[in-house]
Amino acid sequence: MTIQFNDETFRDDYSFYNSERAIKRFPFPFHEDSYMYSVNMEQHRGGPMDSVYEKRFDVDEHYVAEMKDRAMVLADDPLRCQSLPHMTLAGWDLLELIMVSKSEDYPDLFELHRDGNKWRWVNKPLGIDDTFTFLDDTTLPYGPMEYITRQAQGDFCVLDQRDDNLWMDAGMVTTQADWSLDFDIGMNFFEWHAPVPLAHEKGIFVRALKFLLNIQQGAPARRLNWTMTVNPLLDTSPENYHKWGIQKTTLTPENIGTKQHLRVELQTFFRLPRSNALVFPIRCYLCSFQDLMTAPKWGRRLHRVIRDLPVELATYKGFIDNRPMMLDYLSQFDDGLPTSPGIWPDLDTEPSLQK
Amino acid sequence: MSKFTFPESIRSRPVYGTLEPRAGSAHLFIADTEGAEAIIAMATPEIMAKGHIIYIAKGTDYEAQLRALNPASFYAGPSYGAAEQRIHKTLADAKMGLQVYLTGTEGLMGQAQNAAMQAGVPHTAIQTEHRGSTARRMQCVHCKGITEDVATDPFVCSHCGLNLFVRDHYSRRLAAYQGVCIDAEDPGNVPAPKGIYE
Repeated sequence: MTIQFNDETFRDDYSFYNSERAIKRFPFPFHEDSYMYSVNMEQHRGGPMDSVYEKRFDVDEHYVAEMKDRAMVLADDPLRCQSLPHMTLAGWDLLELIMVSKSEDYPDLFELHRDGNKWRWVNKPLGIDDTFTFLDDTTLPYGPMEYITRQAQGDFCVLDQRDDNLWMDAGMVTTQADWSLDFDIGMNFFEWHAPVPLAHEKGIFVRALKFLLNIQQGAPARRLNWTMTVNPLLDTSPENYHKWGIQKTTLTPENIGTKQHLRVELQTFFRLPRSNALVFPIRCYLCSFQDLMTAPKWGRRLHRVIRDLPVELATYKGFIDNRPMMLDYLSQFDDGLPTSPGIWPDLDTEPSLQK
Repeated sequence: MSKFTFPESIRSRPVYGTLEPRAGSAHLFIADTEGAEAIIAMATPEIMAKGHIIYIAKGTDYEAQLRALNPASFYAGPSYGAAEQRIHKTLADAKMGLQVYLTGTEGLMGQAQNAAMQAGVPHTAIQTEHRGSTARRMQCVHCKGITEDVATDPFVCSHCGLNLFVRDHYSRRLAAYQGVCIDAEDPGNVPAPKGIYE
């Protein structure tokens, strides 16, 4: 289908919005009425038509605006994109994976023409038509990872695999949930997750690492993760926390429906063929509380999840101070009826709000 | 002087051990302040015959005792910064079988470990022992400036002036802990600083 790209911003006047289609396909992250960490991995082999799971790299109405926002972040802080010297081959692997996937999955938007190592890449939404030599860094305006991830939504961590561990050795990180690539680059899987509460004790990371080390070429995996963001701000980086942190205090009972956003990460994992690295795209989707409430099931469920979330998690996710106001708002959309299992909104079968 | 026992912490925080002699073709000691005591405690004539000490006294008085160990070479410098080029040269010239021993403050060990890693020594092959001050080398996540010898939490970034709280999250590559703005959500509300382990 043809995508109408939004003219919108993720900063200053925050003109970001979700169309009705975008709300319906929002990756609501709770498959039941409560939440706790788990190794919630599944194969990434498509999904329901028009869902965010359908394509290998989902392209949606926010594509062009997100790429503009990324360029602004990088102009302010080039350290958001870094690649240790041994990761260049993995960058080419990633470039190939994204170009092949997008040109096959969205032939009306992207074209890849290959004649040996002479490649021509056409990106119609961003107005790019470049010819270059595959595996020759001098023929691209940026390194291969930076070049392609300036044209792909979501953050990208490229993980080297050695010593039975994964190492955060390259990445493009401009839409992150409050972690710093510049600080974490070079760390192993346990080290960069060190600040996460509860999950280490539950053995989550040991099991997750075991799973990830065994991901094979052509058999990608995925999971959802989530947090909360006030205003549709993509760049919730620690680097800029002293600037955006104050926005959390601007919530009021009147504006919470439009200002408070559920922030969901679609995390996918692909083995890369030449480098044996693992690429870990972290795609961020934002949806205002008000828009989420248009699905009665999501209204009921979000209230229950936020109400029952352990204090440590609400603190770590940064919304413990705003939780009472969130619950005041969300409780209006919870009539106590049961909800259907799974993440989908089930708009045709779930009853409308009974109060 | 008794050794400080660090509280249990997160997985990125370095853990230090106790130096012990290992078989090696040469032995490089990089130390500051009370780290001298750890070297003295484990030194043997055999080790010191092939031992090279790079030492930053920072006002302590161990130099004569270290020299008395008769290492193959001895250097005393006024600061890590002053010694840094010498450390890089020593590591670059190192032969297979070199043992690396780091002891003293966390800032010294972190920076020397980083230098050794850059020279190709895996960090897991480097021995460390903490001695002396528990002050930390901190990176401001906002301006990226490093503040040395931070003993209190919170503290003021010596570069940008923001009030930062002291995290246990540690980067070997930067040889620093992470400092994050403490009053971003309530400007001016900065608790009185207290010792990091108080």
